[in-house]
Amino acid sequence: MVETAGEEQLVAALRAGDEEAFRTLVREYHPSLVRVARIYVPTQAAAEDVAAETWLGVLKGLDRFEGRSSLRTWIFRILTNIAKTRAVRDGRTLPFSALQEPGRVPEPAVDADRFLDPEHPRWPGHWAVKPAPWPEDALEAAETRGVIAEAIEALPATQRMVISLRDVEGWSSDEVRNALDLSETNQRVLLHRARSKVRAALEAYLSEDGT
Amino acid sequence: MSQQVEQLSCREFVELVTDYLEGALPGEERLRFEQHISRCDGCTAYLEQIRQTVAVAGRLTEDALSPDAERALLDAFRGWRTT
Repeated sequence: MVETAGEEQLVAALRAGDEEAFRTLVREYHPSLVRVARIYVPTQAAAEDVAAETWLGVLKGLDRFEGRSSLRTWIFRILTNIAKTRAVRDGRTLPFSALQEPGRVPEPAVDADRFLDPEHPRWPGHWAVKPAPWPEDALEAAETRGVIAEAIEALPATQRMVISLRDVEGWSSDEVRNALDLSETNQRVLLHRARSKVRAALEAYLSEDGT
Repeated sequence: MSQQVEQLSCREFVELVTDYLEGALPGEERLRFEQHISRCDGCTAYLEQIRQTVAVAGRLTEDALSPDAERALLDAFRGWRTT
């Protein structure tokens, strides 16, 4: 990530039209801009357009950038504004109303049949089939990343948005709440469900695979 | 602490994992959560799996910028600079 200390210099270089400075920034953020845009718009091509438009917005807005937020936060704010505007223009309804009340239908993190009965005389609600530790080398495999990517893709839209920003892009919970207009609690509920499902998918994959 | 707190079942434990990792569990619940881990290897493995899931998800971002995309963006930059 671009160091905060070097940020002022970078901004000054960009204002002066320094191509190397722009290249640094583009290499750092462009792939992430495209992925985040993809959360809002329906196609990869549209996401790439939004990212390109964001860079134009960055260049045009440079003179107004005052460093009150980090450069990174500022760039992503430009991106989410463009992406939201575009989604509305294209008549794509964002699932934001669903974001407001994620807790209405309960969803257990782990299938109920993995646990003993809540009335079990000795071990109420304890594991019937315990999770087994995963082999480290399997976690390093490219295939495992593929399984996680697929599991995230299969999530309901709102859960996918939250886990993509938090765990894939590494945003803070405040950044995610601001980008998606979510309360702290709702963000946590969505993240919890998303992580639980992705873990379950990974467990299913790793247990069928080896032992 | 020798305080007797009501025990958490594994089924309840898995629903608190995200709150725990987000630092959102109030003091007494965090205590119950940590006491549970200290004597349950199933839930210890579960918590570790959630951490591993998060870590692997964070490695999905290793795609680099394609040379074509970089060229197009730098062209746009040059265009902007000369206007």
